Amino acid sequence: MRKYSQLLLIIPFIGMCVLLPVANRIEPYILGLPFLLFWIVLWMILSSVILFIVYKLDPANKGSEV
Amino acid sequence: MNSALIIIFFVALVALYLGIRATRGKEMNVNEFAVGNKGFGTLFVFLLIAGEVYTTFTFLGGSGWAYSKGAAAYYVPSYICLAYVLSYWIVPKIWRFSNKHQVISQPQYFMKNYNSKALGVVVAFIGLIALIPYIVIQLKGLGIIVSEASYGTISPLMASTIGAIIVTIYVTISGIHGSAWNAVLKDAMILFVIVFLGIYIPYHYFGGIKPLFEAIQTVRPEALTFASEGLSKSWFISTIVLNAFGFYLLPQSFTVVLSAKSERALKKNAITLPLYTILILFAFFIGFSAIIQVPGLQGADGDLSLLRLTMQTFDPWFVGIVGGAGLLTALVPVSVMVMSGAVGLMTGFYKLIKPNSSDRQQLTVAKLFVLFIILIAYVFSIIGGDALAILNIMSYGLITQLVPALIFGFFNTKFMNAYGAIAGIITGVSIVLFNSITSFKLVNMFPNIPSVINDINIGFVAIAVNIFIGVSVSLITYIFVARESSKVIEELVK
Repeated sequence: MRKYSQLLLIIPFIGMCVLLPVANRIEPYILGLPFLLFWIVLWMILSSVILFIVYKLDPANKGSEV
Repeated sequence: MNSALIIIFFVALVALYLGIRATRGKEMNVNEFAVGNKGFGTLFVFLLIAGEVYTTFTFLGGSGWAYSKGAAAYYVPSYICLAYVLSYWIVPKIWRFSNKHQVISQPQYFMKNYNSKALGVVVAFIGLIALIPYIVIQLKGLGIIVSEASYGTISPLMASTIGAIIVTIYVTISGIHGSAWNAVLKDAMILFVIVFLGIYIPYHYFGGIKPLFEAIQTVRPEALTFASEGLSKSWFISTIVLNAFGFYLLPQSFTVVLSAKSERALKKNAITLPLYTILILFAFFIGFSAIIQVPGLQGADGDLSLLRLTMQTFDPWFVGIVGGAGLLTALVPVSVMVMSGAVGLMTGFYKLIKPNSSDRQQLTVAKLFVLFIILIAYVFSIIGGDALAILNIMSYGLITQLVPALIFGFFNTKFMNAYGAIAGIITGVSIVLFNSITSFKLVNMFPNIPSVINDINIGFVAIAVNIFIGVSVSLITYIFVARESSKVIEELVK
């Protein structure tokens, strides 16, 4: 399972590209931002979270520094 | 002499001092000059990569695009974020190969990966023509920022000249070390300036972020979503994917990867950098505020929206701090670009002519190439007109034509060899150049295609043709070589 953890990196591409047409609107405002801008910020934050999960699952990161 | 000018000069002197001081305690050789002896940890790699994001574009282009093109400006943080996501998979492979084969430049990477000097020359040439417009844009941006922030006391040309001299001095003395130390100062200043302005201006003029966007929704609602044609959803998606693949292939980003001391430093950066990129939003807030507060800026003048609004809102001493931060956002990226371009030319061309040259000779030649590149960029920044805009648009289109060769290179397959890579790159580059010169769109060839397809970034089409040609040529040459070698073996057996 850990071997395939890097496949999770596809998720931000789905969020920012495939699902983008759904987000192309102004309302509702969330955190003071128009919905489209909020959507992009959300995926930037989720990208970091996903990268952190992949880093933790990645067997290459076990052990000492290369 | 006004207080803004004093502060800008002070920042310039500090940058020069830090750039020169960075070499202290280090014996400068080619490896140290180009990639810091592959010794940069997580923090310096972070600052240098982030330095490629927070350039004069953040000051001028980010707010300027929000001002003039609205939501289309969102493509910038989006592609950078996806580039970091991709980097987790791509960058460690590049670093591993480079570490094993003592690679110090991008042309050398492709040369050794495909065992082809010709491919190295092609990559060095493409890297150079993609880099020059970037350096020119930074020098021009520096001129505009310093000139505006000094209330016209310093002319844009004078500011560009001073900037070019500072960069030349500290790059030739310290190489990448000078850039790294200045990146520390730059990020501290820009962090303060952009976040402060991005919060203060919307609250000062509108009472908050939401009221700002509600005001925009009233006067220009189309600025908050993508257009149905032109800068549309399909333009946005194709552009962010294309640029995400191209980001780490820009010679200056590639060089930073090579300077890391471990894979782990690069992976840790991939995690944190998307969050850091969110700061570009604050530049957008300023650009959106300017739509209402500084109306009427036409065309390229939209890029002045941040500076005009700052000068309208604050005293000269604060404008000086903004100008100083703007100066650094040009100096740091330019220094990395010039240095990586110079080392690329040295390894791509000089080492081919003089393969047995000493380390000292190579270092001297690299420094001469620094002067050569900065001089070309400086001349272009003075005389460049519309041609420059064309060059800038095609920079990413050109550099992404190296993507197929890079990706296939990871797998060492018969589907891509040096012949195929060169044929594919030349075909892709030709399409990008043709598009840039003629503004060719798909609709010119297929009049009835919907705008969803017509708006797709032409670089995408070029990549598809690049892969087709590259794989075809590789397979043909593979079969041809296999046939020839079997004939030789048969003759030897006889």
